[in-house]
Amino acid sequence: MNHLVMAPVLLPLLGGVLLLFLPGTRLPLAARDGGHIRNAGAVSDLARALGLALVAAQALAALALMREVSDGATLVYAVGNWAAPFGILLVADRLSAWMLVITALLALFALLHAARGTDAAGRYFHVLFQWQLLGLNGAFLTGDLFNLFVFFEILLIASYALLLHGPHGIGARERTRAGLHFVVVNLLGSSLFLFAVGTLYGVLGTLNMADLAVKAAATPPENLGLVRAAGLLLFGVFALKAALLPFYLWLPGAYAGASAPVAALFAIMTKVGAYSILRVSTLIFGAEGGPVAGLIAPWLLPLALATLAVGMLGVLAASRLRRQIAYLVVASVGSLLAAFGLGGAAGIGAGLYYLPHSTFATAALFLLADLIARRRGALDDRLDPGPVIPGAVGLGAVFFVAAVAVVGLPPLSGFLGKFMLLRAALGHPALPWVMAVVLGGGLLGLIALARSGSLLFYRPEAEAETLGAAPPGFWDLLPPIGLLALVLGLTLWAGPISEAATATAHQLLHPQGYIQAVLGEAPAADPGAAPGSGGNP
Amino acid sequence: MEALFALVIGVLTACGVYLMLRGRSFPVVLGLTLLSYAVNLFLLAMGRLTVGRPPVISAGAAGYADPVPQALVLTAIVIGFAMTAFVVVLALKAKAELGTDRVDGGEAP
Repeated sequence: MNHLVMAPVLLPLLGGVLLLFLPGTRLPLAARDGGHIRNAGAVSDLARALGLALVAAQALAALALMREVSDGATLVYAVGNWAAPFGILLVADRLSAWMLVITALLALFALLHAARGTDAAGRYFHVLFQWQLLGLNGAFLTGDLFNLFVFFEILLIASYALLLHGPHGIGARERTRAGLHFVVVNLLGSSLFLFAVGTLYGVLGTLNMADLAVKAAATPPENLGLVRAAGLLLFGVFALKAALLPFYLWLPGAYAGASAPVAALFAIMTKVGAYSILRVSTLIFGAEGGPVAGLIAPWLLPLALATLAVGMLGVLAASRLRRQIAYLVVASVGSLLAAFGLGGAAGIGAGLYYLPHSTFATAALFLLADLIARRRGALDDRLDPGPVIPGAVGLGAVFFVAAVAVVGLPPLSGFLGKFMLLRAALGHPALPWVMAVVLGGGLLGLIALARSGSLLFYRPEAEAETLGAAPPGFWDLLPPIGLLALVLGLTLWAGPISEAATATAHQLLHPQGYIQAVLGEAPAADPGAAPGSGGNP
Repeated sequence: MEALFALVIGVLTACGVYLMLRGRSFPVVLGLTLLSYAVNLFLLAMGRLTVGRPPVISAGAAGYADPVPQALVLTAIVIGFAMTAFVVVLALKAKAELGTDRVDGGEAP
């Protein structure tokens, strides 16, 4: 067994525990009480350094893992050395490694931004940040459906607490209200997840995803209805996490209310839902699913296109910058799932190329919105003409590049991703719909972001006096520029990256490799009966 | 026993859904709790209902109860308990900050 597979789970888990015991984690309370500020400040730097080092280590582990699986291998790690269908497995294939790399790189820049002061707003920011990463990494790696639920809960409970982190006063009420909605909606989603998992276990007698794929393909007709109902319920839960159309209403408030680094990290959270939809729809309900083949696919494309349209309308209608970016997240989920919904290696490959692009671009915009809002005084991120922002030239230039990237204008990877999406749709019967919604949505986004940019940077109120805030320094601008550099990297190395994405799509569309790697050469159903009969004296 | 069990799960779920649709935070939290009880019973039932049978290997047992759902229920109970505690505290915080216990944050009637 390759212990590297376990590293992305162990690093944040143990690191989080270590951070919990650092005295520096208690700094902000002491500071608020007027306690030993200077002394504790040095320790907090230790927490920041440790947090950043942990995320960097996770990035290295994820990159190493990606190299291990780049030849198409599927690495299986049996936790506690319990054998395949009974124990809990971590499975690393190309898709998992790809998601891990994206998560770690995103987290690195989000944490760099947080280390500029946001992390002092709450006591356990760094601990929670690590445990959020634990949940994310675990969800991408696990090969067990119930274990997926557990990792979902870990990432959710960390996200609940992170969402409520932030300065007192401005926006605190809004944050609490959005937080309550977010928590209640996700708890309901967790209950439905358990109903779906329970039904699948009751009918098929297993929770291992590869084993589920084998057993679901051999479902007897009398149980077909139950398995289909459970599968669609599972899709509904993942759609809720991914913020697909009927279930996206929790997202704009929560993301707009969160502090900037948390909102940037949340950019990957909707992608966990998208990942789960992709994994389940190719592995269990894929082309080789027998009676349950293609269960999810017919729902995915129309819902995704509707999500894209509604998201872009929200972008156009938003009156605050953060809410506008939150709607961009909704729209990007729509584009992403539309690509997955097209199916085939071309569609899924386009989606896998578009996924890191949209994650990095929206995260960079969230970080920028924070830098801009902090320099506009009481106006905050409202899209009204205001005073001249200190350092407007630098901020405006970065905002321009980020807006070009996120809307999908030619030079950057957003354009390439959308181009691949449209090319994948060429032979599809829904081509007119895909063309109309993707291109129309792009136009709406372009109009909205051009209006925001000109409001923020070109139309200062002559009477309003300039605020005394300092222009952003190098360390302020580094995180968003770093994220945009990743977008640029996606553009420059578009050839090899899209080839890797297509190879990943091929691997997903032929799940026999995954199933064989997990269950061994003989994926027989017999061992399921063994414990009972073997135990009889 | 099956019919009674199914009825209990159904009634709990229905009450949970009804309460979750209410406009104030206390009934919503109560609804979440009832729903998680229903889920726990449902998970237990997915291992088939058995009485007086051991879940682990023992000499002279006529049959076995499925231990996996019991482990799942245990996990689900722990998670549900933690989440309920969290949402109660959050609802109190929302009441304190928003000045109302309405879920949409609007004026109390």
